[in-house]
Amino acid sequence: MATLPEELKTKIIEQLHLEDIEVAEIGDDDPLFGDGLGLDSIDALELIVLLEKEYGIKLKDPKEGKLIFESVNVMAAYIEKNRSK
Amino acid sequence: MSTPEYYIADYCTIRHHKVYRNGSCTYTAPSSMPLKEFTKGVYSTLEIQYPKFYKMDTLSKLGFLATEILVEKQQLPVETALVIANSAASLDTDRKHQASIVDPTNFYPSPATFVYTLPNIMLGEISIRHQLKSENAFWISEQFDAQWITSYAQLLLQSHKAEKIICGWVDLDTDKYDVFLALISKQGKHPFTAATLNKLYVEH
Amino acid sequence: MNTGVAITGMGILSPIGNTVAENLQALQNAQSSIATIEMIQTRHKEAIKVGEIKKTNQELATTLGLSDTHRFSRTAMLGAIAAKEALQEANITDIDRYKTGFISGTSVGGMDTTEQYYLRFKEEPNYRRFIQAQHAGFTTQTIAHHLGINGYVSTISTACSSAANAIMLGARMIRAGQLDRVVVGGTDALSKFTINGFNSLMILSDEVCTPFDHHRKGLNLGEAAAYLVLESDAMLQKTEKKVLGTVVGWANANDAFHQTASSANGEGAYLAMEQALAIAKLEPNAIDYINAHGTATPNNDLSEGRAMLRIFGQDSVPMFSSTKAYTGHTLAAAGAVEAVYSLLSLREQLIFPNLHFSTPMEEFSLIPQQTIQHRALQTVLSNSFGFGGNCSTLIFTN
Repeated sequence: MATLPEELKTKIIEQLHLEDIEVAEIGDDDPLFGDGLGLDSIDALELIVLLEKEYGIKLKDPKEGKLIFESVNVMAAYIEKNRSK
Repeated sequence: MSTPEYYIADYCTIRHHKVYRNGSCTYTAPSSMPLKEFTKGVYSTLEIQYPKFYKMDTLSKLGFLATEILVEKQQLPVETALVIANSAASLDTDRKHQASIVDPTNFYPSPATFVYTLPNIMLGEISIRHQLKSENAFWISEQFDAQWITSYAQLLLQSHKAEKIICGWVDLDTDKYDVFLALISKQGKHPFTAATLNKLYVEH
Repeated sequence: MNTGVAITGMGILSPIGNTVAENLQALQNAQSSIATIEMIQTRHKEAIKVGEIKKTNQELATTLGLSDTHRFSRTAMLGAIAAKEALQEANITDIDRYKTGFISGTSVGGMDTTEQYYLRFKEEPNYRRFIQAQHAGFTTQTIAHHLGINGYVSTISTACSSAANAIMLGARMIRAGQLDRVVVGGTDALSKFTINGFNSLMILSDEVCTPFDHHRKGLNLGEAAAYLVLESDAMLQKTEKKVLGTVVGWANANDAFHQTASSANGEGAYLAMEQALAIAKLEPNAIDYINAHGTATPNNDLSEGRAMLRIFGQDSVPMFSSTKAYTGHTLAAAGAVEAVYSLLSLREQLIFPNLHFSTPMEEFSLIPQQTIQHRALQTVLSNSFGFGGNCSTLIFTN
């Protein structure tokens, strides 16, 4: 079974339509925003939907996302701690 | 308007899974191919790196592709106005957003889908790509109306509101689409009149 | 100065009033409509505040005298009522006697009807008459037909600047001699479609919105319809009409930055204001008051504020306010709603306050008008910015 970071990478690529990017190209500690994947504010909102849909985590403030979506590892740790599904 | 100062410099049609530039077919795909694959195929022929393309809705993809094919590598002036119309507005994406809020047990409206529930987002995508900061208007009409597009575009050109214009029709409803864009400029082969525009629209 | 195009009628149906007179009264009394949603059943009821027109679809249909088998969406009914008031004020009864056009902005179209009946289309043939109503162009056609306008009819869909662009287009067509008179504006009803969409963008406030305030939390959605009647100089010479004001400047520019977000320095807004001033042949210091777009999203107010500072200069920004805290953001109708409010400002020589402002933003020292002001106003500028980077500015004089 894929580890949570690996699973997340697949889901991020799918949810954000990153068709040119492979799972192997995303490092566990690479910054998700900024230059790396070219993500923008709408992508951040999509990741908030992903948290709710896949892991039952509801964010109230989009600013919270900034910290959680720092990297795949940070995101995985947050999900482990807060998931309800 | 009998002696036009402006010309149709280039034009592009995307219809029946075929792409035409200035009358010649430049790309073709089997008619059975899903639209998503077709647009991806056309994108790959452009040989550009623009990953945002994959995030666009289908209407924006069609408008984006036709514009890329139309202008090729030319640098458009900032004052290039967009005068584009269609019949179905953003109905294709509206339905997707609507479907995401129908089922109370699977209720996850997507922000990335919602932002495309306006047809003028396509104009925004074209403007971002070519850094056009000019006038953008999006009309909804029953069918391609060369007379109206020509008279409005002439108004913008004559009042020096725009140097060049990309005008035409980008319509999409489920799998049915019809795309025709023309670049209007001071140089070109075809005089910019409603009759000529209409003739080029029905050419393929 | 540009001589502009005369406005001879206006009509409005908004959460703060069913007529122009009622809207004026609410504006003068600082009466906001923003409250918990009542007319639509939504899961976001407790999490948002909205501006609703407290009339059911049945009541609207009765007002218009529609038959039981009508195909009017809520958007179309709101539009028809407001447009009728505008024509009435312009004293137009012989609508087809001159070349008369109708240009309407909408973003929702008949979506409100679709979401109400969608699941029942299959079982109940009676509701299928609304399938066609989903089409944005159908909304406009329905209103035009009701008004008896058979000339040039067009729908503009450029998000929240739609109605402003309809006014701009109408003014240009009158100028170019293509029409003798034209009804221009926009209409949008509240719908689950927009509530859920804006909610997914996380820009809806759970309180009454606070435009240009440091602690602003986002926008309130609203619903409204508003229209102006524009007439050519030749028409004015034929009939002795009271002119409500003149639209002298108009421009639209693209921000070319992001699908929904405005650029940090407000480039599109800056260009729209700059070009509208150029069309009006006015210097920035001729503007007495700005009815700002001011949606109260963190992004818009910062971007618009910076654009105003760039146009007018650090210490010379005219008095300004946003009226969004009265009505909510009425989307495609907003440009026309605020055109009516701008004309009321000119007629009554009043600046309507920007409600609920308390703390200036950190980024600049702009402070909107917070109390009603009686001022000698000659020129008012109104901004409307939409998703897709679509930025429009209109300038009115009395």
